[in-house]
Amino acid sequence: MATSELAVKAPAAPAGDLVNDFSIQVATVNGSGSQSSNLVLLRTLFQMGIPVSGKNLFPSNIAGLPTWYTIRASHRHYIGRKKETDLLVAMNPETARDDVAGLRPNAAVIYDEPLRLDAQRQDLIFYPVPFDKIVAGVCPEAKLRKLVRNMIYVGVVGELLGMDWAETEKAVRRQFRRKQKAADLNWAAVAAGRDYAQQHLTKRDRCRLERMNETAGQIIIDGNAAAALGCLFAGVTVVAWYPITPSSSLCESLIEYLRKYRIDSATGQATFAAVQAEDELSALGMVLGAGWMGARAMTSTSGPGLSLMAEFTGLGYYAEIPAVIFDIQRVGPSTGLPTRTAQGDVSFTAGLSHGDTRHVVLLPGTARECYELAMRAFDLAEQLQTPVFVLSDLDLGMNNWMAEPFPYPEQPLQRGKVLTAGDLERLGGFARYRDVDGDGIPYRTLPGTDHPQAAFFTRGSGHNDQGQYSEKAADYKDNVDRLLRKFQTARSLVPPAIVERQGVGAHGVIAYGSTHFPLLESLDQLREKQGIDAAYLRLRAYPFGPEIAAFVRAHEVVYVVEQNRDGQMYDLLRLDLPAELAARLRSVRCYDGLPVDARSITETIVHLQD
Amino acid sequence: MATIPAEIKRNRIGLATSDYKGGKSTLCAGCGHNAISERIIDACYELGLDPHRIIKLSGIGCSSKSPAYFLNRSFGFNAVHGRMPSVATGALLANHTMRAIGVSGDGDTVSIGMGQFVHLMRRNLPMVYIIEDNGVYGLTKGQFSATADLGSKLKTGVVNELPPVDTCALAILCGATFVARSFSGDKRQLSAVLKAALAHRGMAMLDVISPCVTFNDHEGSTKSYQYVKEHEEALQDVDFVPVFDDIHVDYDPGTTTEIQLHDGSRLRLRKLERDFDPQNRKGALSLLTSYHAQGEVLTGVFYINPASPDFTGQLNLVPEPLATLPMDRVRPPQTVLDEIMSSLR
Ligand SMILES: Cc1ncc(C[n+]2csc(CCOP(=O)(O)OP(=O)(O)O)c2C)c(N)n1
Ligand code: SF4
Ligand SMILES: [Mg+2]
Repeated sequence: MATSELAVKAPAAPAGDLVNDFSIQVATVNGSGSQSSNLVLLRTLFQMGIPVSGKNLFPSNIAGLPTWYTIRASHRHYIGRKKETDLLVAMNPETARDDVAGLRPNAAVIYDEPLRLDAQRQDLIFYPVPFDKIVAGVCPEAKLRKLVRNMIYVGVVGELLGMDWAETEKAVRRQFRRKQKAADLNWAAVAAGRDYAQQHLTKRDRCRLERMNETAGQIIIDGNAAAALGCLFAGVTVVAWYPITPSSSLCESLIEYLRKYRIDSATGQATFAAVQAEDELSALGMVLGAGWMGARAMTSTSGPGLSLMAEFTGLGYYAEIPAVIFDIQRVGPSTGLPTRTAQGDVSFTAGLSHGDTRHVVLLPGTARECYELAMRAFDLAEQLQTPVFVLSDLDLGMNNWMAEPFPYPEQPLQRGKVLTAGDLERLGGFARYRDVDGDGIPYRTLPGTDHPQAAFFTRGSGHNDQGQYSEKAADYKDNVDRLLRKFQTARSLVPPAIVERQGVGAHGVIAYGSTHFPLLESLDQLREKQGIDAAYLRLRAYPFGPEIAAFVRAHEVVYVVEQNRDGQMYDLLRLDLPAELAARLRSVRCYDGLPVDARSITETIVHLQD
Repeated sequence: MATIPAEIKRNRIGLATSDYKGGKSTLCAGCGHNAISERIIDACYELGLDPHRIIKLSGIGCSSKSPAYFLNRSFGFNAVHGRMPSVATGALLANHTMRAIGVSGDGDTVSIGMGQFVHLMRRNLPMVYIIEDNGVYGLTKGQFSATADLGSKLKTGVVNELPPVDTCALAILCGATFVARSFSGDKRQLSAVLKAALAHRGMAMLDVISPCVTFNDHEGSTKSYQYVKEHEEALQDVDFVPVFDDIHVDYDPGTTTEIQLHDGSRLRLRKLERDFDPQNRKGALSLLTSYHAQGEVLTGVFYINPASPDFTGQLNLVPEPLATLPMDRVRPPQTVLDEIMSSLR
């Protein structure tokens, strides 16, 4: 929800047909197998060339609690969440009344006939469907009925919207590609739903699909799988993790890819080691041990796990060990809303651990960037010899996104300042923590380097530039000042912020991560409905590069839009910018656990105008 | 390699003891931990281990400081309190050709580090893990640890009322494949046990009673030099015959068990008072669980299984260290990305 009372009431649905511009919400029960049906719907639209997005709003539960899936078709390529539902598929008796109550006038409802929802409101369009009767007709085996019942709504929805049946069948067969019988049965269920709708329902709503050509060549992928691919092509060799929603699927996908592509088929030998650790402390400990040894190592977690990693992160920072840590953010504090999305770990991550610590944080905003920044994270961790965080979130990580196919990396791996035995021979030794190049980044050797001067001692306690234990004031200060210098160097190495949209006039907007897509839509709303033509800068990393101050300098008012209560990025920006620029920032915060939608952003910004 | 005058004794790889030395110890004079460091230096020298092929890791505590006091030419990692096992695990996954020596304390292992310890044993990671066990937290000035015996007294008169955790029993139960207890004051036994542990491929867990002269060496303590000297009961006479030692000594198979270790070295255990089979896990556990009540400090090799698969072996890694594999072996080719992309269309 936005920080302020909504300034504008939800507009009534506009008159006229909604062609490729509406959202469907499917309300079911967790564990009822509706995921396959929803993916078939999503893929059908995608294959029809219509820009589409799907979002799963699910409970922290395996079976029995309500779950919603929203599918949005948008010829304007709006793939953020839409706040309003145009077509509701009400399959869950427990939430049906509330789901119906929340609709705008003229919205349509497909519902299970016995629920008698049509009596509830006069201003909606109702399509009753006797699901049990239909499923009994296509599925003689009673115990399978539960599994295919949900496919029937695919047929009903498709008939009402004008879906291309060839594409639907293709999507069904893809979904069950390893099980011919299941594919046949599910397709029969879709057809039964279609036939029922043809014979018994009269179309009265305004949602309609028309084939487009806007998705050709694109892929559908979730951010976690994309990040896993980034790790794969970054040449990760050690993976240590502890399961937690919404990050588990990152390591699970990665391990699947590694097993497929990084095991020698002749010998069965692996070029990676993946360990399910006993907890997140251990996961990061393993990553640091591996990074110290010279491996590219990663872990992924979410808020509670990140909290456990605080002490080890400080060690990684102070002892200067490369590590890559993905935080797929969910709603906190504490266990919070484990299956809802937020951008609430920003300030915690930026300074994770006690003492003076500052970390490099990458902020992917799209599925493709989950891939690209995952790869960059490994380079940066080794170049800077420090833990690097990649902050994604549940919306970006677990939902399906359309994306351009990912490009193959052009750059070789950047392995940083590592001295070999030959280098040591030439140099006559080295000092592990000496700033030789003036960029704050020292040289290291890898354990096992065969030279009498290769060894050094790694410790989290005070040390001089040779790595020897030291409590001397000057040694301590020199060291932490050098670390700050290194952090300044990072400003020029991290991916720069991108001006996504040039505006006209005084207004600028800064956002990051999964706020990106709804923000693009919000910028159109602001321009078209409010006459505010704002420029938009998308952050991709912390620390901030000079382009951020330049952007703020070019605008009188800059809105910082993010999905947390306290304006965490707003705070980091204010700390970083000169006072006169910091004063131009306005914080826009949306944080109800749902993926942020354009209208909520627009309304908050409009509200800040008065 | 270091240049050394010819008259200095060298081991089989041409190094002198000085090549295995560490920095000057900052621990209290007489601290048991120092004696253990000495034994580690001797063992590595005598076995002729290459120092640069060794990593030495620790947690936090007086004991955990000691890797700085041995093997200067090895790579050291002083981690955070209780979490050295995970760091060692990651390091060995990244390079399974290195040999690892971990040093921990009874506080570091049995309190804050209990979780990681249990999983380290369970994974049978190939390393030597030494608990320098003094029954107290030395570095934080003498509080009881979880290995303090029932009824043991602090200097302040406080009596320990909770039962100790037997780290050896626990290690065996969890899956360690070489488990022994020794005493920092028993030079001969500790040396032999250490060398055997270094020759073992798998988790070698050594609980070494190591008196804290400053906080736990008084009358009423069961971890004092005097108490351990008076109550130590050696289970066996431990002898280690390195693989490169071709001296043949006859032994009596009736009283002595000989176990061949991973690298071909042999561990010889001559029975003393009891009849005990160190390759019988159940027997070891039952001995350790029944022993405590008697107030004796039982030392020796309790369990050894030289043939069990270790963690890095189980993962079936390529023979080279993962850490330094070249790019073409860790970044799949363009065709793989193309294949994945087309599967997502
Ligand atoms: C997270 C954390 N908590 C507490 C401490 C303080 N601390 C340092 S050493 C130590 C106990 C060490 O005891 P032990 O492992 O038995 O080592 P000893 O000094 O007896 O050799 C404690 C509690 C710490 N360093 N880190
Ligand atoms: S306090 Fe105890 S454990 Fe610590 S160095 Fe002194 S004698 Fe050793
Ligand atoms: Mg202790």
